[in-house]
Amino acid sequence: MDFYFGLAQLVGVHTLLGLSAYIVLLTGQVSLAQAGFFAVGAYTAGMLTVLAGWHLVPALGIGAIVSAATACAVGFPALRVKGLMLVIATLAFGEAVRLFFFNFDYQIAKGDIKVGPLGGEGFRQIRFFPENGWGTLEVMLFMWVFVLLVMALLWWFDRSRYGTALRAVGEDEVAAQAVGINLTAIKVSAMTVGGAIAGIGGGLYAHYTTHIEHSSFNILVATFALAYPIVGGLQSVFGTLIAVIFVQAFLIEGLRELGDWRNLLFGALIVLAMNLRPNGILDARALAALKRAFTRGRNA
Amino acid sequence: MLDLRQVARHFGGVRAVDGLELTVGDGEIVGLIGPNGSGKSTTVNLITGALPLTSGVIYFRGRDIGPLPTHLRLRAGIARTFQNIRLFGQLTVWQNVWVAQNSLEDRARRGFFSRWLGGRAGVRDEITQLLEFGGLAHKRDELAANLAFGEQRRLELARALAAKPKLLLLDEPAAGMNSEEIGQLRERIVSLRQRGVTILLIEHVMELVMGVADRIAVLNFGQKIAEGAPAEIQADPLVRRAYLGGKA
Repeated sequence: MDFYFGLAQLVGVHTLLGLSAYIVLLTGQVSLAQAGFFAVGAYTAGMLTVLAGWHLVPALGIGAIVSAATACAVGFPALRVKGLMLVIATLAFGEAVRLFFFNFDYQIAKGDIKVGPLGGEGFRQIRFFPENGWGTLEVMLFMWVFVLLVMALLWWFDRSRYGTALRAVGEDEVAAQAVGINLTAIKVSAMTVGGAIAGIGGGLYAHYTTHIEHSSFNILVATFALAYPIVGGLQSVFGTLIAVIFVQAFLIEGLRELGDWRNLLFGALIVLAMNLRPNGILDARALAALKRAFTRGRNA
Repeated sequence: MLDLRQVARHFGGVRAVDGLELTVGDGEIVGLIGPNGSGKSTTVNLITGALPLTSGVIYFRGRDIGPLPTHLRLRAGIARTFQNIRLFGQLTVWQNVWVAQNSLEDRARRGFFSRWLGGRAGVRDEITQLLEFGGLAHKRDELAANLAFGEQRRLELARALAAKPKLLLLDEPAAGMNSEEIGQLRERIVSLRQRGVTILLIEHVMELVMGVADRIAVLNFGQKIAEGAPAEIQADPLVRRAYLGGKA
């Protein structure tokens, strides 16, 4: 059973990572900086529980705030660049964050061992869960509370005028301005919310793996963050969740038996999924069909 | 209402608009006509702030709006439609209008959170009215991209009105319409004027502009070559030459 709980933890963290890119993608911005925000959240929350001895919940909160502030600061200059230029600019930011943590030492003695981030060695002993005796199930449930809260928030956004404005900006910036939408506010706010979500995800990630290092936040992580909402479809937050389950549970864990063939099949299946469902697994039509099925079930 | 003084916009050596003087009074319908490439759409883009001025000043209700970005000009009361339709295609008809409710009036009436995160209940009547005005009430849940051409034009109009404009800039609203649709558009423009909306109508279709405009200004090569009542413009030799070429 522990295997499945562990898998659910992984899916939870990656869902948060994907959702942080989802809200930014809605505004038409392709950001490879999400792994950087993820790292900021992970290191901040980890240092607060390990070095300052905080409880995890406030540590996650501060991690989210620091990460959101970073994202907000990235959001303003990012306004000036679009499309491929934005991809390169955010990639550069993500790498800068990774290299910062590669060189970041801040250790203090705790008993007879030293704890804290140690450059390329990484940050070990983030042992909040084992120290407090949390089992795999409890950790999983704790993580999913956050995942569900974030999903509920984004689901609400999608139904609000704010979410509609995000999508309007994503479709046509000129028209959005012409109907009175403040482009700066919308784009930077989406970036900030995305940063906060990545920060929470990073904090949770740091504590369930107990060991983070710079390479946990490389370009591959940033690519996955973008891939989830794109593979899943931008129509709904559930698309991202489905894509994470498809990739992490089915492609990576489900095909483990296949050994070396897995990597080959992994790429092929992603390409196949995108060809069969170019607008994402959960596209507009699938969503409408689900909605109809659901309402019919209720009326009957 | 609107006052353009020596307004110019140059693209490199091209003087798209050059020393334009134009005044639109409260409640007026002013037509702006001219051959292709005469600077009509550039003028609209200058008034809404989509393009920066090269020189000159634009006053809107007595205030220099030069430093204001587009979304603040909209709040001040200037809304527009686009010559080449620019709807939010993947949003529904309803959402297209909803997202455009950004007037100062709306901001004063509803708080920040209710405006951005609140439900649809408080705005339902108003949006329904706008959709009815555009003849789109039955299409409210349709994606804008799936509408027929004429419906898309009407949705653009409804979306512009969602901002409760004082001045409405219509950039070739009749392009591609048949004469029945043009007749309906004319009725809509007249009824807007009765509600106190001032209109600057940029148009190629003479049938429409001659019928509704109180006054017409004619542009050619970025300069105003004539201005007057529709009948005067029709008789003006300079205008005939700009449109027909030669010495007509």
